[in-house]
Amino acid sequence: MTDAEPESLEELHDPSSEGLEGYNYAYLDEHTKREVRRATLKAISIPGHQVPYASRAMPLARGWGTGGIQASLSLLGPDDVFKVIDQGSDASVNAANIRRLAETTADIETTTDTTAASVIQTRHRIPEEVLTDDQILVLQVPVTDALRRVDGSDDRNRTRHAHADYSKMWVALYESVVQWGEVDIGARYPVMVEGRYLMDPSPIPRWDVPKLHDADNLFVFAAGREARIYAIPPHTDVEPLAFEDRSFRVEHFDEEACDACGSTDTFLTEVEGEDGERRFACNDTSFCEKRQRNSDCAKDDHLERSDIAWGPGTGIDPNGFVGDGGEDI
Amino acid sequence: MTFLDADGLTKVYGEGCSACLATTGPEYDRNRCPECDSVVACADVSFEVRDGEVLGIVGESGSGKSSVAEILALDADATAGTATIRGHGDVLDADYQRRREIRDEHLGMVHQHVHDGLNLSFTGGGNVAEKLLSAGWRHYGDIRSRVRGLFEETEVPVDRMDDSAETYSGGMQRRVQIAKAIANDPGLVVLDEPTTGLDVSVQARVLDTFRRLQREQDVATVVVSHDLSVVRLLADRVLVMRQGRIVEAGLTDRVMEDPHHEYTQTLINSII
Ligand SMILES: Nc1ncnc2c1ncn2[C@@H]1O[C@H](COP(=O)(O)OP(=O)(O)OP(=O)(O)O)[C@@H](O)[C@H]1O
Ligand SMILES: [Mg+2]
Ligand SMILES: [Zn+2]
Ligand SMILES: [Zn+2]
Repeated sequence: MTDAEPESLEELHDPSSEGLEGYNYAYLDEHTKREVRRATLKAISIPGHQVPYASRAMPLARGWGTGGIQASLSLLGPDDVFKVIDQGSDASVNAANIRRLAETTADIETTTDTTAASVIQTRHRIPEEVLTDDQILVLQVPVTDALRRVDGSDDRNRTRHAHADYSKMWVALYESVVQWGEVDIGARYPVMVEGRYLMDPSPIPRWDVPKLHDADNLFVFAAGREARIYAIPPHTDVEPLAFEDRSFRVEHFDEEACDACGSTDTFLTEVEGEDGERRFACNDTSFCEKRQRNSDCAKDDHLERSDIAWGPGTGIDPNGFVGDGGEDI
Repeated sequence: MTFLDADGLTKVYGEGCSACLATTGPEYDRNRCPECDSVVACADVSFEVRDGEVLGIVGESGSGKSSVAEILALDADATAGTATIRGHGDVLDADYQRRREIRDEHLGMVHQHVHDGLNLSFTGGGNVAEKLLSAGWRHYGDIRSRVRGLFEETEVPVDRMDDSAETYSGGMQRRVQIAKAIANDPGLVVLDEPTTGLDVSVQARVLDTFRRLQREQDVATVVVSHDLSVVRLLADRVLVMRQGRIVEAGLTDRVMEDPHHEYTQTLINSII
C-alpha cells in the first residue's frame, strides 16, 4: 500500500487492506496483552480468585464480551484456531463480530468445530464436546462475584473472600430450600474452587457446571466492565454449593429430544417453529449438526479415552438422562 | 473454674490522648476527655466469670455497659485490655480468622438492638441456621431439626419458623436471638438488655426461659441491663458501672441489700 489518499470507495473497502495494517498484532498493544496475560497467569495460580486488570476500551460495547475478547486476543498466536459461540451458537452476530476481529487482526484460522479449536470464547455455555488439555475456554463474565447475590457491597465481599467467610451465601441457600424445596438458582450457580474460593461460573446453565470439575482444559473467565479475570486450571476441584442431603441437580428435559438430531443427552432449549409449534433443540448448534450427520457421535468421539466425566452423559447412554428427574452429582 | 478473665477492658471513641483516662470517670462525672474530646466508653474494666455463673452489669444509660458487652462478644475492638477464655487464650488478641471461629462456635450474643442481632429479611429459622452454617453445618435435615429444637427450647412457635423475622413480635425476636446465641452450645453468652422494649409480662417470660436454659446448660453468662430487677433475677454477682468505670462489685444479694457506693445506693433507691 502507498500513503496516497484512497481514490474510490472500493479502495477504502478493499478487503486486502484489512488485516494487520494499522493495527498491532491481535489488535491490543503489547503492553495491554502483557497486562492481561499477567492477570491470567495470576488467576491460574490462585484458582477461583478474582484478579483485577486494566480493562481497555474495545471496538465492542462493554457487556458484549469485551473482557472475553481481551483475554482471547492476549492468548491467540498465529497457529491458533479460534471458535466463538454465543449461547451455544456460532452464528450469532456478536459471535461473528468477535470472530472477525480476531481473524482480521490476529491472522488466525477460525472454526465452528469445537474439537478443532485451540481457543474457544463463549458466552453462557460450555460446549457439549469434551475439551482437552490442548484447549482453552474463555468465558465472558457479566457479574464477577457470586456473593453479590447476597450482598451488594464489593468491599464487604472482598473481606469475605479473603477469609473464606461464605456463611451468608449458605443462609441464602437455606432460605431458598425453605421457600422452594430446592436451591432456586438456574444460571450462575455458585461453586467452591479447591475448597477455598466461592466463584461465579458466569451464566452457564447448571448443566455445564459439573464440566468445570477436574477438567483437562483451562477455563479463563474474563469480565470487561468489572475488569476482573479468574480461572480454573486443569484438574481443579470445583464443587457446586449444596447441602449434603440436597444435592446439586442439573436441568432435566423429561421425555424431550432434540427436534433436529434426536439427542437426549444434550442441553436443550425450547424454540418456536414457523407453525407456532414449540420444539426442543440442541443449544450447542455445531454439535447438533454433527449429530444430524452421525447420530452415534458421542461427546468424546474425538478422544482416545472414553471414560471422561463431562457434564451429564458423555457418550450416548441408552438409558440416558431422559425423564429421570435430574441427576444427582 | 474461671471461664472468662477480663482485664483492663478499655474502649475510647475518638483520637484519644494521654489525658483521656486521667480526666474522665465517676470522680469527674464525665466520660468525655476535656483535652481531646474523645469518649471513654469504658476503662479498666476487670472481672472474672466462672463456669455456669451469671455476672450482671448495671448502670445508667451511657455508663459503658454495651461497650463491654460488644468487646466480649468480639463485635467491637477494644482500645486496651485482654479477655482470656479458658482454652482459647486472649481472644481480643486473636487474628480475624480465630476471632470469627471463636465468635461462631464459642460465643453467643443477644443484642440490645434487634437489627444488630437478626437479619429481619431472613426467616426466623434462617437467622438461627446462620449460626449453625457458620460453624460448618452442611446437612439441611440436621439444621432443620436443630433449629426446630431451639425454637421449642426458647418457646418460639415452631410453625412460625419459616416466616420472615420481620413479622415476629418483639418478644419472639428476642427469643430467636436467644436461640441463635445458644445454637452452638457456646461457653459464654452475652445478653445486652435482654428485655428492653418488651411488655412487662413478656419480659418476665423471656427471662424465665433464659434462666431455665442457663441452668440446664450451665453456660457462663454476662447480662447487661440498666434494669436492676433483671440483674437481681438472673445474676449471681453484679458489677455497677458509672462513667465507663466499675464503681462497685459483689454478690448480687449483698450489693442490693447493702450497697457500699453512694451511686449504687441512689440506683437502688430509685427503683424500690
Ligand atoms: N460509636 C460510638 N461513637 C462514639 N461514642 C459512642 C459510640 N458508641 C457508644 N458511644 C458512647 O460511649 C458511651 C458508652 O456507651 P454504651 O453504649 O456502652 O453505654 P450503655 O451503658 O450501654 O448505655 P445504654 O444503657 O443507653 O445502652 C456513651 O457515652 C456513648 O455515647
Ligand atoms: Mg447499652
Ligand atoms: Zn440436536
Ligand atoms: Zn483525650
